[in-house]
Amino acid sequence: MNIAAAPLPAAQSGTVTASTRFTVPGMRCAGCIAKIERELPKADGVIAARVNFSSKRVAIEHDPSLAEEAMTEALLHLGFESQPIDENPLGDEAGDRKILTRALGVAGFGMMNIMLLSVSIWAGAEGATRELFHWLSALIALPVIAYSGRPFFASAWMALKYHRTNMDVPISIGVLLATGLSLYEVLAGGGHAYFESAVMLLFFLLAGRALDAEMRSRTRAGIGALLGRMGKSASVIGPDGSIGRVAARDLGPGMLVLVAAGEALAADGEVEEGSSALDNAMLTGESTPDSIGPGSSVHAGAINLGSPFRMRLTRTADDTALAEIARLMDEAGQSRSTYVRIADRASRLYAPLVHSLSALAFVGWMIAGAGWHQSLVIAIAVLIITCPCAMGLAVPTAQVVASGALLKRGLLVKDGSALERLAEVDVALFDKTGTLTLGEPRPDISALDPEARSVALGLAQSSRHPLSRGLAEALRAAEVEPAEIIYITEESGTGLSGEWHGLPVALERPESTAADLATRLRIGEHVTTLHFADPLRPDAEDALTLLGEAGFEASVMSGDRDEPVQAVADRLGLKATAQASPQDKLAVLEALRDAGRKPLMVGDGLNDGPALAAAHASIAPGTASDASQQAADAVFIGERLMPVALAVRVARRTMQIVRQNFGFAIAYNALAVPLALFGFVTPLIAAIAMSLSSLVVVANSLRLAGSAK
Amino acid sequence: MTGLVFLIPIALLMGLAGLAAFFWAMHSGQFDDMDGAAQRILIDEEEEKP
Repeated sequence: MNIAAAPLPAAQSGTVTASTRFTVPGMRCAGCIAKIERELPKADGVIAARVNFSSKRVAIEHDPSLAEEAMTEALLHLGFESQPIDENPLGDEAGDRKILTRALGVAGFGMMNIMLLSVSIWAGAEGATRELFHWLSALIALPVIAYSGRPFFASAWMALKYHRTNMDVPISIGVLLATGLSLYEVLAGGGHAYFESAVMLLFFLLAGRALDAEMRSRTRAGIGALLGRMGKSASVIGPDGSIGRVAARDLGPGMLVLVAAGEALAADGEVEEGSSALDNAMLTGESTPDSIGPGSSVHAGAINLGSPFRMRLTRTADDTALAEIARLMDEAGQSRSTYVRIADRASRLYAPLVHSLSALAFVGWMIAGAGWHQSLVIAIAVLIITCPCAMGLAVPTAQVVASGALLKRGLLVKDGSALERLAEVDVALFDKTGTLTLGEPRPDISALDPEARSVALGLAQSSRHPLSRGLAEALRAAEVEPAEIIYITEESGTGLSGEWHGLPVALERPESTAADLATRLRIGEHVTTLHFADPLRPDAEDALTLLGEAGFEASVMSGDRDEPVQAVADRLGLKATAQASPQDKLAVLEALRDAGRKPLMVGDGLNDGPALAAAHASIAPGTASDASQQAADAVFIGERLMPVALAVRVARRTMQIVRQNFGFAIAYNALAVPLALFGFVTPLIAAIAMSLSSLVVVANSLRLAGSAK
Repeated sequence: MTGLVFLIPIALLMGLAGLAAFFWAMHSGQFDDMDGAAQRILIDEEEEKP
């Protein structure tokens, strides 16, 4: 570019770099970080790699000419699946959290310093010293309150603007009144200032908010790392025969697209040339692959299991069957937005009560002839002592601790409202493919000897074909070490071949029909056929028993054919509905809701999307389609179904703790308010009572830490 | 009481220094990857030596 303008030595002319970020869900340990950061820069064109373990991302600095595919390939070579991601899609969320953390830091600084001064005042500083300390407190408190109070002031203002009230309204009024009165006291040289109470109130409440935001961003990052496995782009064949990648949103009807083996379709269309087998599980829940040939119509979201084929696009972008389901989901999700969180329900009762109490205190003392200044001091004491501290912490602390406990067991809960709704569900509907079953083909590897197993893993781990992935997964689960295979080549539709200790080895397609899920392992002359099936999750029965104990009626509702659905239902002892369309599933949920039940939907396919959005609460596995994961309240990772049962149990336990916390806050108020009303509360008592109540609530919530065991 | 003339500014400055350090740490991304930081301590770096 400007090499000519800048007389740089040739060696430095290549310092122009580009940066691309990848989500790598497979990172699990320190070894993975080390492997990626050390080995990746050895690849051509890669300059540096930096791992963010919390969000399961890798930022790669590379030569601008290096294609994304090459980097995905390099990561796959290291044994990690990856997906390029857009620049900072979660930026807003992270920004929110940063503002809260900063506000918390400032409030903490202010609280400590003002407390230092206040303690001296309480200890008996008099005269000029006392006045000086009050002035200093005011100097620290005013900017701190202005900065740290913004999240509350802004939210309270929004609520008032729309003639509503929320928890932030009493908080803001309390803080502002306390600050205003304290300022007046300082200016008038009076006896009491409430700065420390106001700042401490902000600090404790901000702690609750920051925890809440932290929980949301942590699980969002986890879910974000799982997203993006769907067909986001396609290889379009130009009129001149050249092939280029085109993003899904830029595809148009009439384009000719080449679909490679293992690739997901990005639009609907008709097969023009070639025959293959498609995995439509994403769309229909059907587990057996569909055979397709010229003239067959195919839908976006399907995965090509067989050989590459060419298709002519008919419907793209917003017209696909997939987009239609997305619209259904949008509509179904509307009902959930009317759910009112428990904290808001509490504050609807609480805020008017506190306000009228403190107004009553003011009027009462005025009538009793106390003078407006003393009456106002007492009214503010009431506002502060009834401080929603415990209230503000009651819900977020319990939910954060619970979601942390669930996270350790492989369940990501999206937000607090999800936990609240999960606690209320009383009937469960399960999808079959990918939910009760793994949704991935798993081979029967019992016929393989240890040597064959390690050769098979050596071959399978280098491919992204669903069968190879299933094989590799099964072999890894059997703790097989991969053999060193050289010269590995993958030919779409045929299989993998390589060389091991001088013997030609291969994983190839058997001669039988494309729809048969099987692969052949060839080592030299020796040939073994591996059959694949979609097995039940290993602990499905235990998880369902646990749900049954919790008083759940569970049933299976699948888009798959009668036979396989019935077989699964019989094994697990559930009622079953087969061949259910997305609309059928919605109708069942509606009927349940009209009967006053609160259904839990567990599903993964796009065909479950509307049901996931419409159910009172929903959970999707980590292998689910993007849309389903986004519609669900929680996502569970791994092969076990147990997190689903645990989620319900922990959610119920969480609500118990939340209720205890509320109960405590109410009991505390019942004790403290009369004291405040009769004017016995000094700033010292207010400060002690407030921290004590917050600590009790936090300690109670911490009991949830072991609840997911 | 004259000690206060020194002690209070010192206390305030130390508090402010702590706050500044916290802001700097946030700005330089030290809170972006808490789990990663916990894992990185386990990485053996001896391999890099010949």
